[in-house]
Amino acid sequence: MLPDRHGRYGRYGGRFVPETLMPALLELEEAYRRIHRTPEFRQELSWYLKDYVGRPTPLYFARHLTAELGGPQIYIKREDLAHTGAHKINNTLGQGLLARRMGKTRLIAETGAGQHGVATATVAALLGLSCDIYMGTEDIRRQRLNVIRMNLLGAKVVPVESGSRTLKDAMNDAIRDWVTNVRHTHYVLGSVGGPHPYPMIVRDFQAVIGQEARAQLRRRTGKLPQCLVACVGGGSNAMGLFNAFRDDPVRFVGVEAAGHGVHTQHHSATLVAGTVGVLHGAFSYLLQDPWGNIQEAHSLAPGLDYPGVGPEHAWFKDKGRAEYVAVTDTEALSGFNLLSRTEGILPALESAHAIAYLKRLAPEYTADDIVIVNLSGRGDKDVDAVAEAMEVSVEAY
Amino acid sequence: MRRIDRVFKQLKAKGEKALIPFITAGDPDLATTRALALEMAARGADILELGVPFSDPLADGPTIQAASLRAMQGGVHLEDVLNLAGELRAQTQIPLILMGYYNPMLQYGLERTAAKAADNGVDGFIIPDLPPEEASPWRVAAAKAKIATIFLAAPTSGAERVRTLGRLTKGFLYYVSVTGITGARTELPPDLAASLKEVRALVKCPLAVGFGISTPEQVAALAPYVDGVVVGSAIVQRVARLRGPELIKEVGDFIAALKAPLRGK
Ligand SMILES: Cc1ncc(COP(=O)(O)O)c(C=O)c1O
Repeated sequence: MLPDRHGRYGRYGGRFVPETLMPALLELEEAYRRIHRTPEFRQELSWYLKDYVGRPTPLYFARHLTAELGGPQIYIKREDLAHTGAHKINNTLGQGLLARRMGKTRLIAETGAGQHGVATATVAALLGLSCDIYMGTEDIRRQRLNVIRMNLLGAKVVPVESGSRTLKDAMNDAIRDWVTNVRHTHYVLGSVGGPHPYPMIVRDFQAVIGQEARAQLRRRTGKLPQCLVACVGGGSNAMGLFNAFRDDPVRFVGVEAAGHGVHTQHHSATLVAGTVGVLHGAFSYLLQDPWGNIQEAHSLAPGLDYPGVGPEHAWFKDKGRAEYVAVTDTEALSGFNLLSRTEGILPALESAHAIAYLKRLAPEYTADDIVIVNLSGRGDKDVDAVAEAMEVSVEAY
Repeated sequence: MRRIDRVFKQLKAKGEKALIPFITAGDPDLATTRALALEMAARGADILELGVPFSDPLADGPTIQAASLRAMQGGVHLEDVLNLAGELRAQTQIPLILMGYYNPMLQYGLERTAAKAADNGVDGFIIPDLPPEEASPWRVAAAKAKIATIFLAAPTSGAERVRTLGRLTKGFLYYVSVTGITGARTELPPDLAASLKEVRALVKCPLAVGFGISTPEQVAALAPYVDGVVVGSAIVQRVARLRGPELIKEVGDFIAALKAPLRGK
């Protein structure tokens, strides 16, 4: 099982960080390898996942959506029903428990949509750790609800003014904080990106999504699905769903954000339209100019608005293990509508990208086939943005 | 003999320590950087460090972030900085070190970067996001072009890593004075002198200290423990504030003041 000793997935991954952080990454890897398989840790984590997060989340057969699309049977993995409203809590809980065992007293994180920030702030409150969340001012504007939630949970939201004032810039400042306070602070990285061991740790903590879904579907139908669909920002909800099926004959589709279109300057389709390089500690695909400067990403969904992607996805892409596609802001909005009206579920704008792609995917399958889509989060945080955007895009209908 | 090694050797013979100023190339434009570099060389700098602008300088504080942004707004990138080094090399023999993040070098091509750097009289590279674990491809390219790869050691490194870094580095080992990012500080860590003594005992190469050092008094306090002192943000702040001949004179005077306590008795 990858990564290798150097934190590599094929040519991707690694640890491209300042020397100050190298010992912290080595310490984190050592602690993770030592602790995460012990019965005490596993018991503690699964107790919290069950009684606190509310796992297992349902695998819901979406009858109306299935009928509407007229292709495969569509099952929805309901990560939106996890405590705090997204899959992010699976990872923050695992890392929080790990950090406490490592003797760290403070958690920091970057956030785009605010979901990872909320999930980190929640775990900090639960475990009695202090917490600072870095968030771009553009995202603070777009995800006001989550900013309020983080404040109520006792975390400090630190506004980030640099660059595009979104997730990438928040991550720069979170890393700068960690470089400065590394001795007592744990950096709760929010996706399967960044330097080794984060892509591995976050994958492992999110793998519960696919483990549950696989068992739930087998119990119910005795079958494996034909295809899994998930949105990809950094890639954690997708990797969390895919991981348990990696040796099965199951197709993986990761849906990136095409923003205004992958042929414009305004998208976040890193795997679909990017090139390889180093960003935030990992060698992977990214959006960059010919001189190696990182380009600003765009997506209506703040959690996908990031010019990088986790290294294991890069490896999946090159190996052909997963396909990566992209849907536009407008398509995502129609995905948002589709799920809201057919099933009475408001999806997060990020997850709405995965829903939207089902429309393109459905004609490839018949009613005997099964597709599982990951509903990575709930849409409450996005209702203002959706209402605003609808007024603009209504003309387009 | 490499220019960097020669400088440390000559200074040692004179009982002096090296002053290593840093500015971001292209901040606010390349002509200013050229004028500043030559002035610094004339006023007491022993080695020059030029920053390569990058969009996401995650080891840098606000001062150098802003400088990087100003240079990028002028469209300055790695190749421009390499060309600037060539122009400087035609006028001065001072060792030139480029400090830049890994991705621009990777995109330009590691061999191409090293070869063009060598052609243009660059002596070494400091790459803040390239720890030894990831440095092999670059070290091969750099060694082939006879370019020094200068590693950083940090307060968090611990004895074993410091020893390894001291063995791998070329020219000198750059000890990061603070657990943190670049930026001028009014106070340095109280245990810095003790840490430098420890590092000194672990490595054979010349040792320089940097990050946060901003006054002649701080330079004087650190001089006994090192072979060189790097001053960056404190100079870059002046570049941000002043223009034209006034800037050149101010930076020149500052360099002279910083060098004075390094001249020995
Ligand atoms: C609900 C939701 N889905 C998806 C994402 C994207 O992250 P990832 O690709 O790591 O799952 C986010 C990120 O903020 C999110 O909040």
